[in-house]
Amino acid sequence: MTPAVPGVLLAENGPDSFIWWAWVGDHLDEIWERTVQHVQLTVIALVVGFAVSTVLALIALRFRRTYTPITGFAGVLYAIPSLALFAFLVPITGLSLLTAEIGLVSYTLLILVRNMVAGIDGVPAAVREAADGMGYTPWRRFVAVDARLATPTIVAGVRIAAVTTVGLVTVTALIGQGGYGALINDGLSRSFNTPIVVGAALSILLAMAVDLLLVGAERLLTPWARAGRR
Amino acid sequence: MQSQQTVGGADGPVGADAATPAVPATATQPTAGPAEAAIRLVAVTKAFPQATSPAVDRLSLEVGRGELTALVGPSGCGKSTTLKMINRLIEPTSGTIEVGGVEVRDQPRHELRRQIGYVIQQIGLFPHRTVADNIATVPRLLGWRKATIRARTAELAGQVGLDRDLLDRYPSALSGGQQQRVGVARALAADPPVLLMDEPYSAVDPIVRAHLQDDLARLQQELHKTIVLVTHDVDEAIKLGDRIALLNVGGHLEQFGTPAEVLRAPANEFVERFLGRERGLKRMALITVAEVPLGGGPMVQADAAPAEAEAAMAAEGVDWVGVLAGDELLGWADGADLAGAARVGDAPRTPFRAFVRPGTTIREALDNIVNSRTRVAVVLDDDDRYLGMLTVDHLAEALE
Amino acid sequence: MSVPAPLLAAGDSDPGLWSEFWSYLTTADNWTGDRGIAALLVAHVQISVVAVLLAAAVAIVPAVLLGHTRRGAFLAVSVVNIGRALPSFAIIALVLPVSLEWGLGLGFWPTCVALVLLAVPPMFTNAYTGVRDVDPGTVEAAVGMGMTPTRVVTRVEVPNASPLIITGVRVSAVQVVATATLGALVGFSCLGSLIVEGFAQQNDGKLLTGAFLVAVLSLVTEAFFSLVQRLATPWLRAPRRRARPARSDPPAVALDA
Repeated sequence: MTPAVPGVLLAENGPDSFIWWAWVGDHLDEIWERTVQHVQLTVIALVVGFAVSTVLALIALRFRRTYTPITGFAGVLYAIPSLALFAFLVPITGLSLLTAEIGLVSYTLLILVRNMVAGIDGVPAAVREAADGMGYTPWRRFVAVDARLATPTIVAGVRIAAVTTVGLVTVTALIGQGGYGALINDGLSRSFNTPIVVGAALSILLAMAVDLLLVGAERLLTPWARAGRR
Repeated sequence: MQSQQTVGGADGPVGADAATPAVPATATQPTAGPAEAAIRLVAVTKAFPQATSPAVDRLSLEVGRGELTALVGPSGCGKSTTLKMINRLIEPTSGTIEVGGVEVRDQPRHELRRQIGYVIQQIGLFPHRTVADNIATVPRLLGWRKATIRARTAELAGQVGLDRDLLDRYPSALSGGQQQRVGVARALAADPPVLLMDEPYSAVDPIVRAHLQDDLARLQQELHKTIVLVTHDVDEAIKLGDRIALLNVGGHLEQFGTPAEVLRAPANEFVERFLGRERGLKRMALITVAEVPLGGGPMVQADAAPAEAEAAMAAEGVDWVGVLAGDELLGWADGADLAGAARVGDAPRTPFRAFVRPGTTIREALDNIVNSRTRVAVVLDDDDRYLGMLTVDHLAEALE
Repeated sequence: MSVPAPLLAAGDSDPGLWSEFWSYLTTADNWTGDRGIAALLVAHVQISVVAVLLAAAVAIVPAVLLGHTRRGAFLAVSVVNIGRALPSFAIIALVLPVSLEWGLGLGFWPTCVALVLLAVPPMFTNAYTGVRDVDPGTVEAAVGMGMTPTRVVTRVEVPNASPLIITGVRVSAVQVVATATLGALVGFSCLGSLIVEGFAQQNDGKLLTGAFLVAVLSLVTEAFFSLVQRLATPWLRAPRRRARPARSDPPAVALDA
């Protein structure tokens, strides 16, 4: 077989090709279904992960000594390979959505908690003092000043977590969940190229799209970071 | 120990020639400088790409051996650029620069730099090396023996006033002032004849800065390095500089001379403005009482008759008289109290509370005058013998 | 030996699970032979080491040189973003079609190449950022004292960037160990094979043994590089005079995800 470039592939397209366009055309419905699944799995993981991380970050900020154990635990979760984590969970929670989401959420915690705490810590002391001096109550200051100024760092964390999660969702196919991973898994089990290539390419595209979306969100949330920059 | 790394012939016997105050030069022209130049810039121009006008424009300057020359001016005047062209951190667009009689471009950059100490505002200590290893940087580059380096490091720590316990610490454990001392020690490590200092003290607080400035002055008295110091602080330039080069935006040399010369006769409005409002006071800080012709003052011996005191008071136009016993100053007596006394010494006396010495600056003397009830400053020598009296008139005369 | 909590909890409700795991792990026969745990572990470590070394060779030198010139910020940002967007499972899965297309066969090398691909971005970005962000004053002092450019790089910039360089290697290595597990899906025998076969054969003992060993290997890798980092950067542990942010500490905003 000669090394091929996509253009050549198009010419002699078939089931053994890198990507068989006819198959793609026939399976647009399935591809769309997988896309919806992939997005769902990602969004659930991010929303739950953000909520859990917010609680953990608030605990870490309020009780400083808990920061190291919290991030240490999240770090261990983060270091465990996804397949292993799912393997631990399957005998308990089965091949279920719950298993998938527990795993996915676990991986967001380290990044989100660390960036939330770093973002709040990065608020200049002078700004805090000025806010206190003007009579903010502590909680109000936290919401209106600290959290707002920490937004860029927090969004940076959300971006990393989101892109990572999009990638990890593919792995959940191995425990019977969907998303693009199901396409990949299908292709692997049949040694059939096309679904693998489609699944991989689309998950990369989705990751990039999500990243761009969050960059846009960050710009909207932090107008001061743009104004007056030279 | 220090002589092993004599470089480029520029490290002459220090002391004799350098310690003698240079002949007061008529140094308002750019090229007029001390007779023996350790660093010579001739028509040096630096034009950065994309800049509309050159950062330094045909600057000529001679830096005297063993002298501290301060380059001072507002930001954008090219003073740092000028400094960095001497050790070729920046290459001039045109013109020549000689250090120790050798054109800087005739030697590889890194070799040139190893012969020139370099101190910068950010200090730039290597965070991953201990203080001792930081100081040993250039000696190591030059391949000194380990034992020599260790001895040299210890010696330098003493010279710059650094506790030897600190040598094994990492820079992050040091205060800003200590770090700056290490920076100076590191620059001096291989005993380079020339030291370049780029705003070395602008990042430390005023109290530490004053300490570090005093340390440098003391060190320079010992070592007589050829130092070029860049600063935006005209007071620092006046305090430390043997000569000051005032640069204007675009690297124009507006005036070059000793601090006293520059303060006495600013070459133009720019210099005058840059020196600031208290130019007279700054000048006074450079002149000592010893340089001022003292007046005798309304002084009489304690055993003199009141009539003699009356005459002295009349001559000086005051209503008090100083009372002496030989060379010893007893105090002063009010003219009104003299009437009933047989001798001046019998009248009630008030002791002088403030004295100045010949080494005192006349700025301090002025402070004394202003604060004294008698409107004079009494000058005593180091053995407390009466030398004379200073009035505002004397000071004004000295400043002319 | 520490066992993750969920497993213990499961052991309470289902005593069989724990004993299945334990008996599989401690049966000597399971460790020996061509497809034994020992062989799989060795293969897993082998491919990880080779991939990390290759990636380091490819990534770190250009990153250091680019960081030294303080140029190429756009390239660096692009590498981070692309690196993050590459889903490891997808990359590994692509080994199959690519190998078939080019006739490379399956096994060690195709998987290794995929792992290298994943390992390069974190190493590159961390090394680049680390060198670029060395305090300019430190570099200026080094140059001003007469260090040659080579010396500035090797004696000043690289040591000061080493916390971040090592962070990059650590992140990559952990990711490589994790992703090598997935190599089992494309014909590379490693610890992941235990998990895949455990699923397929519904053998919970095998499944959990594989998961356990992979997790331990990842954590050991993480711990190993943390230790290397500590030993390589004694100045970061020294007592500090003032609590000011240390430039050379790995930034909290993770470059390492």
